[in-house]
Amino acid sequence: MTDITSLTIGEILAGLRGRQFSSVELTQAYLDRIDRLEPTIHAYITVTPERALEDARRADQRRAAGEDAPLLGVPLGIKDVLSTRGVETTCASKILEGYVPIFDATVVERLYGAGMVMLGKLNMDEFAMGSSTENSAYGVTRNPWDTERVPGGSSGGSAAAVAAGLAAGTLGTDTGGSIRQPSSLCGITALKPSYGRVSRYGLIAFGSSLDQAGPMTRTVEDAARILQVIAGHDPRDGTSQPAPAPDYLAEMTAGGQRLDGLRVGVPKEYFVAGMQPDVEAAVRAAIAHLESLGASIVEVSLPHTEYSLPVYYLLATSEASTNLARFDGVRFGKRVETGDMWDNYRRTRALFGAEVKRRIMLGTYALSAGYYDAFYGKATQVRTLIKRDFDQAFEQVDVLVSATSPTTAFKLGENTEDPLAMYLADVLTISANLGGVCGLNVPCGFDQAGLPIGMQLLGPALGESAVLRVGHVYQTTTDFHTRRPVL
Amino acid sequence: MKFDLETVRGIAELAKLELTEDEIATYAGQLAHILTYFEHLQELDTSQIEPTASVLPFTNVMRKDVAQPALDPSEVIANAPDSDANQFRVSAVLPE
Repeated sequence: MTDITSLTIGEILAGLRGRQFSSVELTQAYLDRIDRLEPTIHAYITVTPERALEDARRADQRRAAGEDAPLLGVPLGIKDVLSTRGVETTCASKILEGYVPIFDATVVERLYGAGMVMLGKLNMDEFAMGSSTENSAYGVTRNPWDTERVPGGSSGGSAAAVAAGLAAGTLGTDTGGSIRQPSSLCGITALKPSYGRVSRYGLIAFGSSLDQAGPMTRTVEDAARILQVIAGHDPRDGTSQPAPAPDYLAEMTAGGQRLDGLRVGVPKEYFVAGMQPDVEAAVRAAIAHLESLGASIVEVSLPHTEYSLPVYYLLATSEASTNLARFDGVRFGKRVETGDMWDNYRRTRALFGAEVKRRIMLGTYALSAGYYDAFYGKATQVRTLIKRDFDQAFEQVDVLVSATSPTTAFKLGENTEDPLAMYLADVLTISANLGGVCGLNVPCGFDQAGLPIGMQLLGPALGESAVLRVGHVYQTTTDFHTRRPVL
Repeated sequence: MKFDLETVRGIAELAKLELTEDEIATYAGQLAHILTYFEHLQELDTSQIEPTASVLPFTNVMRKDVAQPALDPSEVIANAPDSDANQFRVSAVLPE
């Protein structure tokens, strides 16, 4: 029998339903693999073995009693920015060390309701700020394809865990590419849903107008299974879209294995200077493959793309500087006690890491009197132009395709001295957050060093079914997503 | 774009962040570098463009004003660094 930790969620559900193995056996196999590989990969901040086995036993009992649920007995990991009742949630920050939420994020609550077994909490860049997971206060995560390289970020632990077989699937979050970019660098499949499609309740906020949680998995089909559980309106999130979620698995497979009639847009601005030649070649080959499946390929223009990076970093840091004001050492998290309230604030907040402090500084400046109009205000206006670019493109085409990251995984330490160089890692993913559209990463090749390359499929707001369908048909006719690193 | 050390200290004080002298010097250089790169936003004429704070097609979300189950105060206080009788305890805000 094949190693059960290499199965997709679809295969796991079939195995559990067919009584080929139990959830306890599967969960124990994952915990054993975590014991063996975590010293090398360090995908998790917290592993919760007792709780996982208890969840698994309950899932097996429910199944024995004739019950079923969409993810009953499936072992998953959760990014440590999502609140988990009774399980420490740190955001990879020293300031939240020891913080134990008293409620579950809506996405976590829904996964439990669907029968999830939770293996633990996954590493990330502190407060989801970064593109390499090197900003974690709890140590770096290593890329399973080459442990001298980064897994990407900020959801680097979530991506590495799936690539290394340390969870059947995970949740990440994406403010400017933090689900898609690490998935590209780790060779897995992942979806950033449209803004408002998935509840943000219990997602510790970074950029409130940009943040979305989403599935990180081995296949598009698995991503659709998790999305089905977490998508939909939540009255506890005022920015939650009221439209009901469609049946993603049904819509994804509706067209069979062909893409006839589908219009695929290739945004010319996304084939940027400085792109790694292997990456461009793999993505061009993937586009040709979509054409061979019946899709028509159309060159389109998103003319304001070059402004996305400054707009994003002004808006995201402005929102972060206000959101992170809540970490004041009064109600939760660490406090440095000095005897003076104002010094308590200053000294407590000095516990933030270097990148978080840099972004709070940048955002505070962009919002400060005298600079607000030139920076924050200007960025909100240019955001309108970027969103308009997407609206016009999606009048012509059904999906857009590009690379997810201009390069494959870079070396640990390679970009840590130059914040701006690190920000450029997000250049192909950030526009989607500004426009509120959805984006899927699908593995589409390997570079000369054997590192994975990812293709990004963008769809209009609430257009998840379209990108899932294209990704699914691509995966049923290619095998890049089935390759695993040797560990 | 240039940042002198006093400007950096001023921003840090607005954000209530204690920074070391080394951090102040580093951030002065980095913020100047980043904001210089961002200056090319100014070349766009946006005088006729409405701002976008949220991409959602709705603004105010209303709900019925009815009581919902609330969190248990003793649980809420459990994560506080210092508390007394289900209240958060802080250091003196005003000097004695």
